[in-house]
Amino acid sequence: MPATVTLAGLGKTFGPTAALTDVTATVEAGQITGLVGPDGAGKTTLLRLIAGLLMPDAGTLQVLGHEATDRDAVRGDIGYMPQRFGLYEDLTVQENLELQADLHDLDGAARGERFATLLQFTGLAPFTGRLAGQLSGGMKQKLGLACALLPRPKLLLLDEPSAGVDPASRRELWRIVRTMAGTGIAIVWSTAYLDEAERCDSFLLLDRGHLLASGSPSDFTRRLEGRTFLVELPERQRHRIQRTAAALPSVADATIQGRSLRLVLKEGGVLPDLDDLVGSDATARPTRPRFEDAFVSLLQADRPPVAAPPPQEAITRSTDGMAIEARDLTRDFGRFRAVDRVSFTVRPGEIFGLLGPNGAGKSTTFRMLCGLLVPSAGSAHVAGVDLGRARATARERIGYMSQKFSLYGNLSVRDNLDFFSGVYGLAGRRRSSRIAWTMESFDLGAVANLEAGTLPLGFKQRLALGCALLHEPQVLFLDEPTSGVDPLMRREFWSRIGGLAEGGVTVLVTSHFMEEAEYCDRLGIVYAGKMIASGSPDALKQRFVTAELPEPTLEDAFVGLIREHDAGQRGVAAA
Amino acid sequence: MTSARTSFRRFGGLLHKEFVQIVRDPSSIAIALVMPVVLLLLIGFGISLDARNVRFGIVDENRSVESAGLFQAFANTPYFRPFSFLTSRAAEAALMRGDIAGFVVLRSDFSRRVADPIRAADIAIVVNGVDANNARIVTGYAQGVVATWLLGHRRDRAQPALSPVTIENRYWFNPEIRSTNFIVPGLIAMVMTMIGALLTALVVAREWERGTMEAMLASPASMTEILLGKLVAYFVLGLGGLGVSVFLGLVVFEVPFRGSAEVLLAVSSVFLIVSLAMGLLISTVARSQFVAAQLAFLVTFMPALILSGLMFDIESMPRWVQAVTTVFPARYFVSSLQTLFLAGTVWPVLLPNLAMLVGFAILFLALAIARTRRSLE
Repeated sequence: MPATVTLAGLGKTFGPTAALTDVTATVEAGQITGLVGPDGAGKTTLLRLIAGLLMPDAGTLQVLGHEATDRDAVRGDIGYMPQRFGLYEDLTVQENLELQADLHDLDGAARGERFATLLQFTGLAPFTGRLAGQLSGGMKQKLGLACALLPRPKLLLLDEPSAGVDPASRRELWRIVRTMAGTGIAIVWSTAYLDEAERCDSFLLLDRGHLLASGSPSDFTRRLEGRTFLVELPERQRHRIQRTAAALPSVADATIQGRSLRLVLKEGGVLPDLDDLVGSDATARPTRPRFEDAFVSLLQADRPPVAAPPPQEAITRSTDGMAIEARDLTRDFGRFRAVDRVSFTVRPGEIFGLLGPNGAGKSTTFRMLCGLLVPSAGSAHVAGVDLGRARATARERIGYMSQKFSLYGNLSVRDNLDFFSGVYGLAGRRRSSRIAWTMESFDLGAVANLEAGTLPLGFKQRLALGCALLHEPQVLFLDEPTSGVDPLMRREFWSRIGGLAEGGVTVLVTSHFMEEAEYCDRLGIVYAGKMIASGSPDALKQRFVTAELPEPTLEDAFVGLIREHDAGQRGVAAA
Repeated sequence: MTSARTSFRRFGGLLHKEFVQIVRDPSSIAIALVMPVVLLLLIGFGISLDARNVRFGIVDENRSVESAGLFQAFANTPYFRPFSFLTSRAAEAALMRGDIAGFVVLRSDFSRRVADPIRAADIAIVVNGVDANNARIVTGYAQGVVATWLLGHRRDRAQPALSPVTIENRYWFNPEIRSTNFIVPGLIAMVMTMIGALLTALVVAREWERGTMEAMLASPASMTEILLGKLVAYFVLGLGGLGVSVFLGLVVFEVPFRGSAEVLLAVSSVFLIVSLAMGLLISTVARSQFVAAQLAFLVTFMPALILSGLMFDIESMPRWVQAVTTVFPARYFVSSLQTLFLAGTVWPVLLPNLAMLVGFAILFLALAIARTRRSLE
């Protein structure tokens, strides 16, 4: 049987930038093909090409036996779910489905039966009268999927269906899509989550418009068999050990994973002397290689290794007591309670993560702690200052880096630094010395006179972090700092953050990204406005170790916690 | 690009979706029905080219029965509120302060000169000329008041009129020369341009913003079907806006209507399609509602206000500006509406305008469909 989609030498450019270069691949029926890669890798462009929304500039593209130029013939056989699901938010669930049925010219009898099947399949039957805009992220995702599945497509294209959705809904989605694949349709699932790649039957790994690897994920990770280890770390100096390990010639990758150091050896590399690296009585236990390990090894071969950033001087005075203290923080928007009595504390020099799906209340909590939003109830102390009393003073001690890097794209790197140092009230010698420090420690000298908007993502990220640190804040707030960036950039970024934390800076991170959460010392799991659990990543995982699941992932723990929480809620409701 | 053949069910589905959205999202209804009311009331009452209750000085150096009579004549018209001054200097000061818009000076020999059948009386009229248009109107009115008073005065005395010729004015189509009668139809044209372009430009931009347009484009629906769905739905809504505007014009502003209602509906429908298509065209370049709104204002509001003949007479513009006005459809609609309201169904005026509007409608629609088709690139 011929492949559902065949690409050969496919290329697509937008103006001067090449979005895709020479991609050759196939998508088979009855399989889930993962389209994997960081943001800007070309995933959406490839999906749009397959969906017939764009025309290729080079190469050939065959979909369901038709050439790219003849797409109207197959349009009815393709189900496409764009990012953010493409739903009409002011239409109800039922109306969204009706619209799709009308668009595909589905008539009377077939339609009622199809609705019933899909509603039951997705569990949306009780919500047919609800506006799509009022559904939770997970339910929107399922409705988007139901709409895409309505015409019984032979090819289903899903563009980042699981981004920002809670892990329980993510698993539910995988279950549904897996069932669909069983009926013989071809599915392309694009994702920036590398752990999702492992669940696919085959994958296409894109990086900056190039196809880096493809095939079955197990073949991809098997190359690393016997080269991946976990080493228990002591309480102190963990970031320093990680940096040292990463610089060793035999090591391809070294990351902190909870309380352990994850080591990936280069091909033919030998395990380094653990006594030197960690200390006596340290042991390395072999572990299963992950997709990310293989990706990083591949990237390492491709690019010069990332120089370990110089250890940073301690840039902060020590504070007494807790660096961040939230007590019963609550915020209402009208009748909706976005954050419900959230309490936690963060020690100086600790990296604390708020982990949760979009809409859980992370950002609202975050904004209250930055002093951008006034709590409806409860109190917050940051760097020893009561945000309710002296918000301006607290802000001087806070550095903030937003997800979208709020830099001025048409100013040069130096101008941006100048501007932000002015905003933070730096002047004279201190200003010039801080700018010089930032230029040097973030390696920005070579690009000082380039416009910030034209820089590659990695530089933008460094500049944004540099700007947030200009005024030597005691507490650093990071909003999804590395979601969607490639794993090498993420390592480089977190290695800097680790250095800062060792220098005494307290770091608060929000994320819906499990991979990002692994870098935190402690996590608070945020779900439906509440903090349902907190603890170190290892401690959270430990609670869900079973015979079948000896090494639960953070996502396993998250799903378990949500389940416990929901069961508890039902218990309360029943009582 | 020929899509899988057009289906009635598909088009019906698209239409139904648009109407449900119109009902659920109050912003479209606000643009179509509330904006005309606000704009018409504000601009209709705010802009008047008539002089009424103008504060006007009478410098009476004569202090006679005659000068008092002329004062009374000023007081008796609805156009002036006269204030008496004893010296020119005092009146000049008042003009400087902006207390009065102008003044007349009646010299000490005014009554004697008025009675003299040979030598005419000199009356000085001083008007604040900063607003040239208004100054001309005030001067004209003041001259009129004086002339009328003089005529009556002489008739009373059985003196012959000075001038051997008297002019009888007749203002056709707008006998009371109310500027409202001429501005409000033009305003309706301006309002229709704006709501038409805003409605479609905003809803399409919203679909791009929310990612629903992408989902639509991937479905079997063709671009023509998607855009026609929007056009039909917002055409109906726009007609509602037209109804509101015409009602306000007739009832609140008391503008006469002398043409045929059917022709009004026909011309307005064509123009509504023109402006809706203009909105669709805007949406092909503006992917966010913010940019769409700005563009819509820029290409509809300004030309419709300045270059459509609504405020300023096109004939008296420089040649090249006149040439520029021909590319703005509002101009043809303004002329049509003014004709229909004030003159009647005058086909020699309406037909060329209607022909231009039909041409614009076809051109804009074709452009919008052709451009949106490629727009994901």
